[in-house]
Amino acid sequence: MIKRALALLLVLALGGLFASLMSAYAPDPELNPTARYYAEHTAQDLGAANLVTAIIVTYRGLDTLGEVTVLFLTAAIVGLVLAQSRRRIPHQPVPGGELLATGTRLLTPLILLLGVYVFVNGHLTPGGGFQGGAILASGVLLVLLADPVKPFSHGLISVIESLAGTLYVLIGLAGLALAGGFLDNRILPLGEFGQLFSAGAIPVIYSLIGLKVGAEFASMLASLSETEDL
Amino acid sequence: MSAAVASSSLLPELIQHFSHIITVFLMVSGLYIVIARGNLIKKLVGLSVFQTSVYLLYIAPGKIIGGTAPILASQYGVYSNPLPHVLILTAIVVGVATLALGLTLAVRLREAYGTIEEDEILALDQQAELEE
Repeated sequence: MIKRALALLLVLALGGLFASLMSAYAPDPELNPTARYYAEHTAQDLGAANLVTAIIVTYRGLDTLGEVTVLFLTAAIVGLVLAQSRRRIPHQPVPGGELLATGTRLLTPLILLLGVYVFVNGHLTPGGGFQGGAILASGVLLVLLADPVKPFSHGLISVIESLAGTLYVLIGLAGLALAGGFLDNRILPLGEFGQLFSAGAIPVIYSLIGLKVGAEFASMLASLSETEDL
Repeated sequence: MSAAVASSSLLPELIQHFSHIITVFLMVSGLYIVIARGNLIKKLVGLSVFQTSVYLLYIAPGKIIGGTAPILASQYGVYSNPLPHVLILTAIVVGVATLALGLTLAVRLREAYGTIEEDEILALDQQAELEE
């Protein structure tokens, strides 16, 4: 009890400190120089409408490669740690109800389609590879909920994942050879601003990221769902 | 009457700092859950709440007065700052990764100890040490 009261006092003091730091905040009337550079140069440099996507995929593309690597490592470690706990005896989980099964059949294709739409249009509208990948994985989650006994193809998932990852790095290297540098999107023509097939390699790279992220999340979810209920 | 005057001067202040109030509230409650709860899953939930406050802390100042979402279009001239969005997208992905790892370790601990309550795990550890 004393520990909780102390914790409460501590966090309240921290909260007060934090609130006083932010009390002088006033919103900016205009963009700072770095952000203004991106806002003014993205359209003619890269041909992408979504500034966030342009920065993530091209200007700071190397960071995104690192980010995808973090996710890959996480998926690998989750699989590794949980592989020891998977027992030989198949457990009998409670099957999902009729409503869930029918809903899953109806919704899963639509969810997957939405995910693909989100990452293919990442350079034009809000969203992109990470968001689309998460939506794809939520479709997989629905399938796992509806039919927990269904054997899950880890092989297919890892093929998709490694293929997308390899192609991503190869496209980056192609940028080194054909355009300005690693992960430069101008290896493909920039096209007409605002069209689906524009902004050079950005839609291709972001689709690959979407597939990779979706596959990684799906493999984490499947690994967690295959652990035994104690 | 005086209450109405006080609230009319307080209200714009409150609206201006609305995102900060939410940020501090989420931060404090997340941290409290992490410290006060013994259940490892609840600790992870607290960690996620705390992370959400950090996302909000970065995203909210990216708003420029009169600015739209940072997506170029001919009819808009003022955009919000895209850099916090980029940073926080990375933070969200890494946050999901840490959450998945934490849940995985919780599953393993449950298998090894039969519980995910922190104090019970510590007691079991102490017991094992005494028996040695």
